[in-house]
Amino acid sequence: MASKSWLNFLIFLCRSAVGFVLCSQLFSILLGEQGDTQPKILHNDPHARHSDDNGQNHLEGQMNFNADVSQHKDENTDIAENLYQKVKILCWVMTGPQNLEKKAKHVKATWAQRCNKVLFMSSEENKDFPAVGLETREGRDQLCWKTIKAFQYVHDHYLEDADWFMKADDDTYVILDNLRWLLSKHSPEEPIYFGRRFKPYVKQGYMSGGAGYVLSKEALKRFVDAFKTEKCTHSSSIEDLALGRCMEIINVEAGDSRDTIGKETFHPFVPEHHLIKGYLPKTFWYWNYNYYPPVEGPGCCSDLAVSFHYVDPTTMYELEYLVYHLRPYGYLYRYQPALPENIRKEISQAYKNEDPK
Amino acid sequence: MHLKNHSGKMLSESSSFLKGMMLGSIFCALITMLGHIKIGYGNKMYHHEHHHIQAPKKEDILKISEKERMELSKSFRVYCIILVKPKDVSLWAAVKETWTKHCDKAEFFSSEKVKVFESVNMETNDMWLMMRKAYKYAFDKYRDHYNWFFLARPSTFAIIENLKYFLLKKDPSHPFYLGHTVKSGELDYVTLEGGIVLSIESMKKLNRLLKFPEKCPEQGGMIWKISEDKQLAVCLKYAGVFAENAEDSEGKDIFNTKSVGLFIKEAMANQPNQVVEGCCSDMAVTFNGLTPNQMHVMMYGVYRLRAFGHIFNDALVFLPPNVSDND
Repeated sequence: MASKSWLNFLIFLCRSAVGFVLCSQLFSILLGEQGDTQPKILHNDPHARHSDDNGQNHLEGQMNFNADVSQHKDENTDIAENLYQKVKILCWVMTGPQNLEKKAKHVKATWAQRCNKVLFMSSEENKDFPAVGLETREGRDQLCWKTIKAFQYVHDHYLEDADWFMKADDDTYVILDNLRWLLSKHSPEEPIYFGRRFKPYVKQGYMSGGAGYVLSKEALKRFVDAFKTEKCTHSSSIEDLALGRCMEIINVEAGDSRDTIGKETFHPFVPEHHLIKGYLPKTFWYWNYNYYPPVEGPGCCSDLAVSFHYVDPTTMYELEYLVYHLRPYGYLYRYQPALPENIRKEISQAYKNEDPK
Repeated sequence: MHLKNHSGKMLSESSSFLKGMMLGSIFCALITMLGHIKIGYGNKMYHHEHHHIQAPKKEDILKISEKERMELSKSFRVYCIILVKPKDVSLWAAVKETWTKHCDKAEFFSSEKVKVFESVNMETNDMWLMMRKAYKYAFDKYRDHYNWFFLARPSTFAIIENLKYFLLKKDPSHPFYLGHTVKSGELDYVTLEGGIVLSIESMKKLNRLLKFPEKCPEQGGMIWKISEDKQLAVCLKYAGVFAENAEDSEGKDIFNTKSVGLFIKEAMANQPNQVVEGCCSDMAVTFNGLTPNQMHVMMYGVYRLRAFGHIFNDALVFLPPNVSDND
């Protein structure tokens, strides 16, 4: 009898177990749906779980790539905007048909937007990009010719649209805000041009082509006129040297583009080449070309650098990020240059005229 | 009659079978309910322990007065722990000459004594052991002098000012454990490559636990080694300290395990029309995987190179370090 009750008990347990298992399966199916939603939430998505965190619910599980808009809410760009109006710069970028998509495109996506006017100069016209056709051939030996034609084109079509005229390559990165600061101390009526000054071959020096150079309106007028009247000729296939020689002939001054503590602003190479001591070997031509004593290491480059050269597309965007986006919060920069006198006066005047809020 | 008996027997058997099943089901339901409540309660606790943590909002900052800003800036005391091995010597040099100058104090903890540089010798090659010893050393020596502890490898570049900004309004007497957080199974942990931030409270809890080998074993993982950052997470979890992913007000990571260059390359491939916007936070704290040269370039790009005429109304003020020429 005892064994039978044992057996019964065992059978009873089995039935309970079956019931238990079936039930738990049912429950796990039901609850499993709920549980699944938890791990899917992305780490970067603050709105998926906590609706009480932020008032705005605009992200919806996706990164907002227009993050810029509110990242820069506390940025005051009054001075930069004022300079944009006061110091009008027309940029023209030396490029070619094969480089429009490879290089010029990235210039267009980054610094070119900050010029008051930008033109892409190629040997042939491209209506879509858009690029101006200079009707030359392509190649290093054509650079001089292209440069002359480009300046001529700019002079004939856009002379009154700008005060300063900047030439850059499609692998030059230019910080327009800093260029405007540099030029704000001068008048476009001065016969002067700025760039990275080299000393050989020309007494007053000439400006490196790759680092970019900028002519005043007066300088541009004289330059274009000089080729018309043959005061200057196509003397060298080396574009920047030919231009520099011409500038000397027509009495356009080779300006000093260094900042107020003597640091260079136009750079013929990328930051790394200048900042790392020993990167450029001592036998390199560069050390003998620089008009002012060349410096390697942190002293190479101004905080308010204007240009870098041999910048590949990735580095274009990197520089854009470092200059216009990433910053050390609250940091008091060591170099605090003054605002140009005339700009300072204008801004304080503008504040006086504003209604007190 | 045999048949009737048989069917009757079957009926009684099936009914008792059903009874058994019902009992089992009720039992199961009861347990599940209890378990669910328990889990639910646990989850709720976890939910309040915000899984992702964001930078201060602009509205919060505007409420701070001028005097408060200066005091606030000084109230962040960040101690930097950099774990190095002899093979890291060139990165070590770069890191020493660059961003670590912006820590309130930075010390290098090496696996063995290295002639060229000063360091605290951990006398072990194991990264987890190095980490434990370094945390213990830092806590014993500096618990009264620093309120935030930042640990990194020399392949990381950090912007301490942005770290301090991120920590604005965060109380170090609360257990914070922040950085680039990743999930591995059930474990949320802060990756070593992105840099690990601990508040003084977390340091207290951690140091208490380091004494207990069953909670915080020196050799975690039976079959294969568990990475040191995961081990740290497991250990901290026992003290109720959970990893949180640090993000800016737009939800972008501010601790990064990649370099700027890598982010840009990816953005150029995936979103060629919004490359810079898709890259990284404006207030990024760390990048990883840099070469020594890139560290120097970052130093210039972050602390010096900028666009004239763009002015910011910041809530904190940080002065450049003494005796330094690259920032």
